[in-house]
Amino acid sequence: MTATLRTEFRKLVTTRIWWVLLAAMAAYMVFLGATMAFSFTVDGGTTTSVTGSTTTTQLDPLDIARTVYTLAPALAYVFPVIVGVLSITGEVRHKTTTLTYLVEPRRGRVLVAKLVASLPVGVLFGLAGTAATVLAGATVLGIRGDATMLGEPTVWRAIGLSVLAMTVWCMVGVGFGAVLPNQVAAIVVLLAFTQFVEPLVRIGLVAVHAPGVAQWLPGAAGEAITGASLYTSLAGGQMLPWWQGLLVLVGYGLLLAGIGRVTTVRRDVT
Amino acid sequence: MISATSPGELRIEHLVKTFGPVRAVDDLSFTVAPGRVTGFLGPNGAGKTTTLRVLLGLAAPTSGTATVGGRRYADIEHPARVVGAALEATSFHPGRSARDHLRVYAPQIGVPDSRCDEVLETVGLAPVAHRRVGGFSMGMRQRLGLATTLLGDPQVMILDEPANGLDPEGIAWLRGFLRYLAGQGRTVLVSSHVLSEVQQTVDDVVIIAKGRLVHASDMAGLRDLAGSQVMVVSPDAAGLRALVARRWPAAASPVDGRDGAVLLRDVSAAEVGSAAFAAGLELHELSPRDRGLEDVFLQLTAEEVAA
Ligand SMILES: Nc1ncnc2c1ncn2[C@@H]1O[C@H](COP(=O)(O)OP(=O)(O)OP(=O)(O)O)[C@@H](O)[C@H]1O
Ligand SMILES: [Mg+2]
Repeated sequence: MTATLRTEFRKLVTTRIWWVLLAAMAAYMVFLGATMAFSFTVDGGTTTSVTGSTTTTQLDPLDIARTVYTLAPALAYVFPVIVGVLSITGEVRHKTTTLTYLVEPRRGRVLVAKLVASLPVGVLFGLAGTAATVLAGATVLGIRGDATMLGEPTVWRAIGLSVLAMTVWCMVGVGFGAVLPNQVAAIVVLLAFTQFVEPLVRIGLVAVHAPGVAQWLPGAAGEAITGASLYTSLAGGQMLPWWQGLLVLVGYGLLLAGIGRVTTVRRDVT
Repeated sequence: MISATSPGELRIEHLVKTFGPVRAVDDLSFTVAPGRVTGFLGPNGAGKTTTLRVLLGLAAPTSGTATVGGRRYADIEHPARVVGAALEATSFHPGRSARDHLRVYAPQIGVPDSRCDEVLETVGLAPVAHRRVGGFSMGMRQRLGLATTLLGDPQVMILDEPANGLDPEGIAWLRGFLRYLAGQGRTVLVSSHVLSEVQQTVDDVVIIAKGRLVHASDMAGLRDLAGSQVMVVSPDAAGLRALVARRWPAAASPVDGRDGAVLLRDVSAAEVGSAAFAAGLELHELSPRDRGLEDVFLQLTAEEVAA
């Protein structure tokens, strides 16, 4: 198994695409971290109170910091997912599946190795994505005169969980690739689902007063891991406890991989 | 059937592989012996690659078995150290360098990274080891495919159309290399759709068409089939036709619609000359022709296709 793992890990790191995706994600998160930090501080300054009420709804600086610093798993999780997906679809596209199964005919092992090998890559995406967000977000918060909250243990806990969530997403990508190994189809479905279908369904479920269902969706589960949900704060709704979110997301990855194992993975390689 | 199987023997038994209505491999049986180079021949679409894919555990047989040293490929402990197989010249990730391509598979095969440099040296790719495979020519890809099969120093080599895209120098080198491997007692199976490409290299031939076996023997057995032919031309077309119909009705084939010309199989020029003389037939040409091996190959495979 160690040998299979080393082979799968080398496959991931000997191509350029994941560096490109890593850099693109970092740049995207610098932009989003800065923008969101800015807009939260502006909002926080203008909607200080609700009319006729003595309680202020000014956003808690701690919540602002946690929401901004954990934007990566909320808005950029698609990057580690794509890297995971590519580890399977890339083989199909370049017809390297033949060689992969020639050196290891036990196909289940290959799939498990791909899932495991995606974890260190996921950690890297988590670290890079979260670091980019925190740097940009904290800088803007600081410039705007708000507290960066970087001394708070709960903030650091959220930051750590953000890395964890990104890591799991990479593994979910591998499972998804196993179900849909055609690269173009996989990327199209992935983008459509994550950027369009799930956000709409989540808002829709909240609108029909079924927010409890929405929290089980993969994107919601991913956000639940960090405990600070952008969508939930925007659209309202419920969120799973962090460890349940983690289990649900891991469950999605393993379920997809299991489905792939008994469908596409056992097919003839021709 | 119980028989002592040597570790390097390939055995295909009553193999059938269908793709929907297409019977790509149709009750095919043959064996490939170690220490020899075997040519696996057949026209395009004959089922060569499909047979090899089933043998290598990449596709499941519809029925029948295909084994290496008596074991199914998937049951071999470290298969790449027993069998080195190259199926398609294009199956590389274009973004990896030649060396990285080999380094990816080295851990799984169980060889150190230094082995990658060795095999690159062997196939003559050392100077381009760090170049991306995407920019490789067809011949360079073939060499890299061969290098990959060599990583595990396997007892059995299975190469699908390895000469495709190689320059004459490369082909000559490949021939020598395959002979060298067989000389070490290894099993070497090379597929091709042209006999002439491999006829100087192989000891044995397995010829298939439409998924069925049409011939399996050593090269001498194939040469025996070649036999001799005589070209006969006469200004008296009717007289020639009559003579041929009387004496060799089964051995004649017409020559490109030329009236008064005929090609006779397995008949000597002397026999034809003496018969023509006895019949008072004027001949303008009476020439023995060696029927080429390629003709035999074409005829063998065409018969199966017609059947
Ligand atoms: N995946 C597949 N799906 C459907 N038909 C297939 C598939 N693979 C092969 N075939 C069919 O099986 C037959 C044998 O194909 P195969 O590739 O084995 O031939 P081949 O002898 O290797 O030919 P070539 O010399 O062109 O490489 C062909 O009719 C082909 O169309
Ligand atoms: Mg072929």
